[in-house]
Amino acid sequence: MSLRGLPPRFWVSATLVGFIVLVAVIGPFIVQTDPNATVGGLYDRPRCCGALLLGTDNEGQSVLANLVYGTRTSLIVGLIAGAIATVIGLLVGLVGGYRGGWIDDVLTAITNVGLAIPAIVVIILVSVSLPKRNIYTLALVIGLTAWFWVARAVRAQSSSVRTREHIDVARLSGAGFWSILARDVLPYLLSYVVMAFVLQVSGAILFESTLSMLGLGPGNATSLGTMLYWAIAWGSVRTGAWWAFVPPTLMLTLIVFALLLLQSSLNEVFNPRLRRGPAARKKAVTPGAPSEAPLVVGEPTPVGAAGMLETPTSTGREQR
Amino acid sequence: MVLAKYIGRKLAWTLVVLVVALMLNFLLPRLIPGNPVDAIVGQIAAGGGTGGEQLEQIHEHFMQEFGLDKPLWQQFLIYIGNLLHGDFGTSFGQYPASVSHLIGQALPWSIAIQLPAIIVGWVVGNMLGALAAFKGGWFDRGAFVGSLFFSSVPPFALAIILLFVVAVQMGILPVGGAYSFGMTPELSVTFFGDAVTYFWLPFWSLVLVFIGGQAVGMRSMAVYELGSDYVNYNRGLGVRDAMTVRYIFRNAMLPQFTGLGLSIAALITGGLIIELVFSYPGLGTLLFNAIGQNDYPVIQAITLLITLAVLIANFTVDVLTGFIDPRIRAAQSGER
Repeated sequence: MSLRGLPPRFWVSATLVGFIVLVAVIGPFIVQTDPNATVGGLYDRPRCCGALLLGTDNEGQSVLANLVYGTRTSLIVGLIAGAIATVIGLLVGLVGGYRGGWIDDVLTAITNVGLAIPAIVVIILVSVSLPKRNIYTLALVIGLTAWFWVARAVRAQSSSVRTREHIDVARLSGAGFWSILARDVLPYLLSYVVMAFVLQVSGAILFESTLSMLGLGPGNATSLGTMLYWAIAWGSVRTGAWWAFVPPTLMLTLIVFALLLLQSSLNEVFNPRLRRGPAARKKAVTPGAPSEAPLVVGEPTPVGAAGMLETPTSTGREQR
Repeated sequence: MVLAKYIGRKLAWTLVVLVVALMLNFLLPRLIPGNPVDAIVGQIAAGGGTGGEQLEQIHEHFMQEFGLDKPLWQQFLIYIGNLLHGDFGTSFGQYPASVSHLIGQALPWSIAIQLPAIIVGWVVGNMLGALAAFKGGWFDRGAFVGSLFFSSVPPFALAIILLFVVAVQMGILPVGGAYSFGMTPELSVTFFGDAVTYFWLPFWSLVLVFIGGQAVGMRSMAVYELGSDYVNYNRGLGVRDAMTVRYIFRNAMLPQFTGLGLSIAALITGGLIIELVFSYPGLGTLLFNAIGQNDYPVIQAITLLITLAVLIANFTVDVLTGFIDPRIRAAQSGER
């Protein structure tokens, strides 16, 4: 798979994600302002340049500094929660799908119950009960309630891999249970796991901001959600102080949009049949290869337009 | 018979989940180290203005209400018993107000936003998606990109931007709340006309996001169907397009319908946050205030309601699927 063959959507989304990560990693060093320091009055207008580029918030803190630190917090929560959810979901799905039997039944039942109870309910109840909330407990709680989707999808795939012949070969050659899982089953799911991870990260970031807006955000750090919480609580929308709420809103939208775009383009990368670009089309009409042309007769677009069509275990539904 | 069995199985499953949800709802807030009642009474005392004797009374009341001096399983039974009577307890934050009363005031507003939004969003989104897939060309591209954008924007972000642009900058619609100051909720034309202006913005924020999600899903389903054998066969036979589209729509509909059950939790959560943005007096705003005051009984009641709403919605979707999906009916004749 050469780099040139990647769809343009991948490059767009990768650039956006790269930009966001850059803001989160380098931003704080460039802005060099403590997000908790008071640098002005209540809702000072933005002015050039430096820390006041985006004005001040309700406590006279620099919105710009809060934005870069908030992006960092949101990404950290998203990455930790996404990793936790993906790892647990992967383990449960792999073991359940490959093992089968009563272990599978129990794991599937747990997964289904977890899917039926809205995650937000559990997260609210746990967050309310926690004596102290910081970004790590928040990420942990979100991750622990978000793995059910991954488990279900991974289980479906690993139980289908189980019946393939190479598994029998591995078993005959004396490979152990975990070795078969890691070497002979997992590679078939890796592409899916990567995509699930991206979706989990974006879902976790959204959950974090939702919780923060409800007043359950991390107590010790600024996140994009807590910025919105304060902006709404202090009526910045009503008084027209746009610089207090537009930056976090746009940043959140950008993050979620970029990650969803990345996921859907990764889908194209991993599944060449979904590719649409000129290269893919050229391949489709090479003589000898079964052309899909008859399907398109009379209809200008439809078949090629399946670019967004995902595998039957549609990942698109995972957004909360 | 198969249908009845199917519905019975779904019902049993829903009940199992409900029991687990009730246990979580009961247990999780009790995991707090220390006794929640002590913490709350301490808070009220710190607020001042309440005498020692009164505090004693409040403490007694809550200890009794939760049965905190009894073993855990008895507490759970008391909790379930109270719920069966529709008794959610007494609010910590707005002490002697009962939680049922607070919920009763907030719930109609939430339903007024969410139910129409779900129905309108689902119908319009699916029609848009199917149309885009069938028409193709620039219409498809425009509808697809637009839907993709709206489906990926966080609902509250859209709400904030709408609130700022339409209400604050342009001043077309009121900024927040549910009805004008000085009005009282009643069944009259004037009140309804007033309330509807407050209703539009939260409603549209929710509907647009939902339309986007549904349209994207429906479009890919319909595009998939367009390439299937029966469509080609129909074309070969010279069947009219309108007829084929009907088949496509019916086939693409089913996954969309089951998808409705899956997306309902997300929609409800999004709706609650949107209420916050517009200070709409529904469950979302109530939840927000309750969290601010550590008002456990209110929080617990709302989380329970969310769970119930999601479970009921899923069950309804399941039952309707049983009626709509020909495969379940086919299984019926196949078994005999």
